[in-house]
Amino acid sequence: MENRLIVSSSPHLHKGESVSRIMWMVAISLLPAGVAGIIIFGLNALWVSILSIITALITEGILQVLTKRKVSILDGSAFVTGLLLAYNLPPNVPIWLPVIGSFFAIAVGKQVFGGLGQNIFNPALVGRVFLMASWPKYMTAFSRPLNYDALTSATPLASLKEGKILENIPYLDLFLGKRGGCIGEVCILALLLGAAFLLIRGYISWHIPVTYIASTAMLTYIFGPRGLFSGDWLFHILSGGLILGAFFMATDYVTSPLTRKGQIIFGIGCGLLTAIIRLWGGYPEGASYAILMMNAATPIIDRYTKNRIYGTRPL
Amino acid sequence: MKKLLNEFLKGIIRENPTFVLVLGLCPTLAVSVSIINGIGMGIAATFVLLGSNIIISLIKRIVPDRIRIPCFIVVIATFVTIVEMTMKAYSPALNRALGIYVPLIVVNCIVLGRAEAYAQKAAVVNAFFDGLGMGIGFTLALILISAIREFFGSGQILGQTLFKGFEPASIFAMPSGALLVIGLLLGFFNFLKNRKAQ
Repeated sequence: MENRLIVSSSPHLHKGESVSRIMWMVAISLLPAGVAGIIIFGLNALWVSILSIITALITEGILQVLTKRKVSILDGSAFVTGLLLAYNLPPNVPIWLPVIGSFFAIAVGKQVFGGLGQNIFNPALVGRVFLMASWPKYMTAFSRPLNYDALTSATPLASLKEGKILENIPYLDLFLGKRGGCIGEVCILALLLGAAFLLIRGYISWHIPVTYIASTAMLTYIFGPRGLFSGDWLFHILSGGLILGAFFMATDYVTSPLTRKGQIIFGIGCGLLTAIIRLWGGYPEGASYAILMMNAATPIIDRYTKNRIYGTRPL
Repeated sequence: MKKLLNEFLKGIIRENPTFVLVLGLCPTLAVSVSIINGIGMGIAATFVLLGSNIIISLIKRIVPDRIRIPCFIVVIATFVTIVEMTMKAYSPALNRALGIYVPLIVVNCIVLGRAEAYAQKAAVVNAFFDGLGMGIGFTLALILISAIREFFGSGQILGQTLFKGFEPASIFAMPSGALLVIGLLLGFFNFLKNRKAQ
């Protein structure tokens, strides 16, 4: 009788997923945006991405050897970090920029805290913000789309910030990525393809991206340039790094809240901050800062949105 | 003699005011942009520490316990005034670079902390060596932080450009860079300490 009773602790059913598998799935879902970026900006975008990924892998490996931890550079997390960082860089940066950014992202953004699962902030965004604060002149020199020489142009959001009347970029061009910008953020179509894949396979839930994008859209619509309720919300959704950030960086498992309620708060917070920085801040784009700030708020959101155990008193 | 040496040495590593006691971070963050500023601030704070430690140790029996903090502040402010006037007279450039942070030594937590935690209970000689050690420890920490920030933030050491074509990372010259450098150094020293303890 005793032998027939199997006693084990939960979980009893395992889906067969692992952190490493999920990371590689995220990497696959990011590929269309990268391909689009290379088509739009030329081969330079490819070199920047490859350098960034290789540096991320090497940095992770070296630091894990130095701190005598298990070397896990093939679990995909460093790969995704390197790839995301490259997507956040303009295509024509000097070649040392992605190397330093990627090193900083892995070393200071991740390994200093103890590696995967321990970091407070999204490592790729830590790298981007570090580069942005250190070498702003390279980080804001965007090359013109479909024009492979070094001509620079402003991003749509930057022209908006400078108060220039927009030379009416059609929404379709914004959607397909024919605009100045970072490698991975320009082609909304490709990003949405990848995001749909992640959503359908259940790797990310809709809560953060939808609330994030919706709250940015609402705020930019309400506080438009010609009085209340006159904003061009579709333009704000399609430009800048909002889509990339909302689907691929705000949804990072490690740095976003655990519960659905918490994720909705997180998404709305990101949306508010992004819109506030875009409308009234000093920078043209605020998605990366918004996500980092909400990363910092994640532990407290988690504390106040803890699911109530059935039968216990509310918090 | 050995005890005095110990009082002197503890401020430099074992109880370093910046990296172990984590005191006086406000001036550390603000002035550690260049090594010259760091040294200037360190010397000024060391002088004030020495003076205030000696005087407070001398007057410890006549200061009423309930109003000791105001008394300490008056003593400290006297020495800060001396430092500020001297600096204005002999090194106006440094005075301009350090700005408000020279008068703010009055409320520097290292100075007040040593007065409260040590000098008011110790003999004059001990207080002297404690102040000297703490001051030198603070100065060394400032030099370390400002050397890192000056090198990465402006590509220079003591105002001399080291490499041609080196593009400095301006984040290190900004306040966020100061927090970053101090945080990483603190973590590194704690890491060393933990490893030694194991």
